[in-house]
Amino acid sequence: MSDNTAHEEPELVQLLTPEGVFTEHPDYPLDIDPEEVRGLYRDLVLVRRVDQEAVALQRQGELGLWASLLGQEAAQIGSGRALRPDDMAFPSYREHGVAWCRGIQPRELLGMFRGVTNGGWDPNEHGFHLYTIVIGSQALHATGYAMGVQRDGSVGENGSAVISYFGDGATSQGDTNEAFNFAAVNNAPVVFFCQNNQWAISEPLERQSRVPLYKRASGFGFPGVRVDGNDVLACLAVTRSALNNAREGQGPTLIEAFTYRMGAHTTNDDPSRYRVAAELEEWERKDPILRMRAYLENEGLADDAFFAQVETESDRLAERVRHECRTMSDPDPLDIFAEVYAEPNVHIDRQRAEFADYLASFEDSGAEGGR
Amino acid sequence: MSTNLTIGKGINAGLRRAMEADPKVLIMGEDVGKLGGVFRVTDGLHKDFGADRVIDTPLAESGIIGTAIGLALRGYRPVCEIQFDGFFFPAANQTFSQLAKMRRRSAGKLKLPVVIRIPYGGGIGAVEHHSESPEAYFTHTAGLRAVTVANAVDAYWMIQQAIASDDPVIFFEPKRRYYEKAEVDTEAPLHAAAPMGGARIARPGTDATLVAYGPMVKTALQAAAAETERSIEVVDLRSLAPVDYDTVVESVKRTGRLIVTHEAPLTGGLGSELAARVTEECFYHLESPVIRVAAFDTPYPQSRLEEHYLPDLDRVLDGVDRAFAY
Repeated sequence: MSDNTAHEEPELVQLLTPEGVFTEHPDYPLDIDPEEVRGLYRDLVLVRRVDQEAVALQRQGELGLWASLLGQEAAQIGSGRALRPDDMAFPSYREHGVAWCRGIQPRELLGMFRGVTNGGWDPNEHGFHLYTIVIGSQALHATGYAMGVQRDGSVGENGSAVISYFGDGATSQGDTNEAFNFAAVNNAPVVFFCQNNQWAISEPLERQSRVPLYKRASGFGFPGVRVDGNDVLACLAVTRSALNNAREGQGPTLIEAFTYRMGAHTTNDDPSRYRVAAELEEWERKDPILRMRAYLENEGLADDAFFAQVETESDRLAERVRHECRTMSDPDPLDIFAEVYAEPNVHIDRQRAEFADYLASFEDSGAEGGR
Repeated sequence: MSTNLTIGKGINAGLRRAMEADPKVLIMGEDVGKLGGVFRVTDGLHKDFGADRVIDTPLAESGIIGTAIGLALRGYRPVCEIQFDGFFFPAANQTFSQLAKMRRRSAGKLKLPVVIRIPYGGGIGAVEHHSESPEAYFTHTAGLRAVTVANAVDAYWMIQQAIASDDPVIFFEPKRRYYEKAEVDTEAPLHAAAPMGGARIARPGTDATLVAYGPMVKTALQAAAAETERSIEVVDLRSLAPVDYDTVVESVKRTGRLIVTHEAPLTGGLGSELAARVTEECFYHLESPVIRVAAFDTPYPQSRLEEHYLPDLDRVLDGVDRAFAY
């Protein structure tokens, strides 16, 4: 449709141009030392490498599925490094970079995609909830959690905040819109971090929205901001600011990180059926890692030895990820019955016992070949 | 101290006691605050516990259950009110896909002590979506518990037990019985109450077992009283998930016959599950096939027809006759 404005190019908060040139932003000052800047670069490289290995492992039949974050590293590392230990994140299923920032090991992520677990980590230990597959559901969990933070009196000085991750497709879901509204009317300390990667599987942004996504927020009564999602420094600055506002009792913010999914939606997907190569080439010029490297080099913040060391670290990590994935053992069959309920359930106990006996019957017949 | 309470007031008193005992207990839903809910079940709680603990939510069922999940993850014990049975469905994803599964997905690291109160069932002459019995959706979903009450004593105790449970509990309230009264000892300790998971022999008998729950318990008791020649044992299930099969099976082993009645449609209902289970566990004790007396496999009809749709005293008695025809 000709009057569609979803793709209009509004002011994008950007600190680092695609060429790696830094400019201060009046609203989002960045307080960061060179060591942290190098750390961000290292994060970007390492999570991209984990992602590449996971795609390869899926192709080799080691994973049932993988949702690649290729192209979205800056949005995830920038926002993830803005979080404090006490904050809580509610991810979708592509937030491998945020998981990295929260101390989740790659093997814990792979376990879910390999099918050895339905979760894989302790959400409270890491301040990072389980991956959520049904689109938009977690926006409400984050909002409820933030309402709990309010009730605990943990808003204000030394307060904590909650962040919810979702994509452009999720903004079409009722749950996401209900979350915006619950958060607004309760003034809940939650940041909605939308990674607008331009595609919801094969559906482009103009099939999701008539307006730029960040503008949705104003209809609910809270601020929305669009940030260059391929600029890790801008993502860090904007998310820190929004989290601080939430912590201090100023309520929610919607951040739209304007970025691009350079790979497929998941390993089941074939983007060549619905998008043109020129689009990818255009976004490759905005690659978050290349621009950080250019910045580090231009400013003399890192030398060749540093880049070589990150490269070596990346190779070692890749090797470890491959090894850990392949040597992951299958769960015990009786795990099917574990932790369905907190309280005893006689039906599940009986079914578990019967299935255990059934399994044992094959062990008995093992000498004859069994199964 | 014994107090004469209706089912509705019993739930209200139970909610109040749970909120007094544990500051983490919250009430949330549409109109639950100053109005006290459309059935006034939360009457007075907003005034005494404040808007932070009795939360009037936006009009959005998925939002109510979804934010309740988040609150539970933060350590709260939310009690959600869904205004009417037919309005539950917008919250289905949050309940079935999220709430029910989260504990298992986390290998037990997360607990979800959420209660969803649903006034359910027909018989009040309401319009569409205000009279349904959707319990089978819940009993088919692993990770949820589902209970219902048939009298004020259970109403008072079981709402407290549901709140105390670390599992998600669907608490079905038989809306056409809200005003049934009973004597309730409101000062006894919680642990002295009958366990929430157990069925109750509402009336002993020797010739047939009549199983009912929620609104149909009263009808079942009327049927048993109307049977002067035969001695009918009435079992009130109380818990729908898990069902206390042991109590039902023991009863059937004594009586040799089973009739199950519910307001929900026949096919795939709890009566079907009971029939299968009893057939498996006491086939040689049965004098007749298990008889189900249920609503029809149709949408809930316009209210001028609900007296034909809902199993009434005559249809239950007809079911008993069918069991004795063998």
